[in-house]
Amino acid sequence: MQTNNAAGFFRIVLTMVLAMCLRILPWTGDMAALNPDWVLLVLIYWSLAVPERVGIFHAWTFGLLTDVLTGRLLGQYALAYSLIIYLCLKLHKQLRQFPLLQQGLFIFFCLLLSQLLLFFIKNLQHPAQLHAAFWLPVFTGTLVWPLVYGALRYVRLSRRMR
Amino acid sequence: MLVAVIVSTALLATEYKSPPRLDSLRATLSFFVDPLKYLVDLPTVLVEQTADSISSYRTLKKENERLREEQLEHQARLLKFAALENENIRLHALLENSYKLGEQVLVAELLSVNMAPYEHIVVVNKGTRFGVHPQQPVLDANGVVGQVFRALPFTSEIMLITDPNHAIPVQVNRNGLLTIAVGSGQPNRLVLPFLPGNADIRPGDLLITSGLGGTFPQGYPVAVVDEFTSQPNKAFATITATPKALLDRNRELMIVWSDSTPVPLIAKPTTNNEETKTHADK
Repeated sequence: MQTNNAAGFFRIVLTMVLAMCLRILPWTGDMAALNPDWVLLVLIYWSLAVPERVGIFHAWTFGLLTDVLTGRLLGQYALAYSLIIYLCLKLHKQLRQFPLLQQGLFIFFCLLLSQLLLFFIKNLQHPAQLHAAFWLPVFTGTLVWPLVYGALRYVRLSRRMR
Repeated sequence: MLVAVIVSTALLATEYKSPPRLDSLRATLSFFVDPLKYLVDLPTVLVEQTADSISSYRTLKKENERLREEQLEHQARLLKFAALENENIRLHALLENSYKLGEQVLVAELLSVNMAPYEHIVVVNKGTRFGVHPQQPVLDANGVVGQVFRALPFTSEIMLITDPNHAIPVQVNRNGLLTIAVGSGQPNRLVLPFLPGNADIRPGDLLITSGLGGTFPQGYPVAVVDEFTSQPNKAFATITATPKALLDRNRELMIVWSDSTPVPLIAKPTTNNEETKTHADK
């Protein structure tokens, strides 16, 4: 039981690390603006699938690491991620029953909320320098959600992690 | 939940008000995160190395010859340069003006990671372990690249001169006209927003660092003016310039240490009325 637990946790951390790598992958030119927030998507998946294992604390920690990774003000991703994971944990029982379309809608609002928070914090720093393309990751994030969902589901069920 | 929100808001507020206070926390966390940057960079390095190892003997020989020729040429130019430098020091001594000497450089390699779109910030593989500290100027073989924005133990973040939040004090090489070049947010484009419509500047003028502000040492090439339009209804002319440094193509950058503390340079006699006028206009 204990080993299974550790293995499961290891798997979560591994996927998170992968997501963080994807986050800073060098995309060429304008494509960089499309790069969705992989870390948040993976966090949302785990919080819906194994809510007893991924909590706000984990979301906060990974948020802080993302802050350092992307060189933001410390705490802004931490704040956004912990808020959204809180929502997911509250609603995970209903969300699991939802069809993919409805789930996608929820994900869309989650990403939008997170981006809004980041927008406010960024605006505090240097106001009015953002492009309309700032909001693109919200859409691409929603589009890649089925992919993330499928991949992580495969990872989770491949060796019966419960 | 509430704890998380409070702690992150506190962090945000602290760093917003006094950035250096959280540097140690950031450095500690970067121990976990920096390996990821190297990991993401790995494919690029591998591709480069394989390209190196499979490039034929012929091309290598050709490149070697070319480099040898270039080196010879540069050597010859340096001979003259040494003499000029000495002369310059003597002249400065005559003017009772101090002269900045001896800049040391550290070659750092770019890590191909993308931190955030819309910001022209790149990551290099040298950090505080090598003595890098914030606000150091960064150059490449052709000109000024930017300045160190944040130094972490193993990596450091460099803000390019094209970042919309970056401004660099420059001087027109032809006549010593002083101004400030601001990043435009577009790759390979700087703007000079503080020059009046009748400023003596024209396309093709070389802009060099003026040494004012103390961050960048004087005399490094920054950009070439490529467009000058003055509109009668606006107080300032619209001037754009292209950076000399190959901002999006170079992997090797040089981080510079200047030995002396910044010296307030006395305005040169060539700095004509234009400049005082610019300042008055501001």
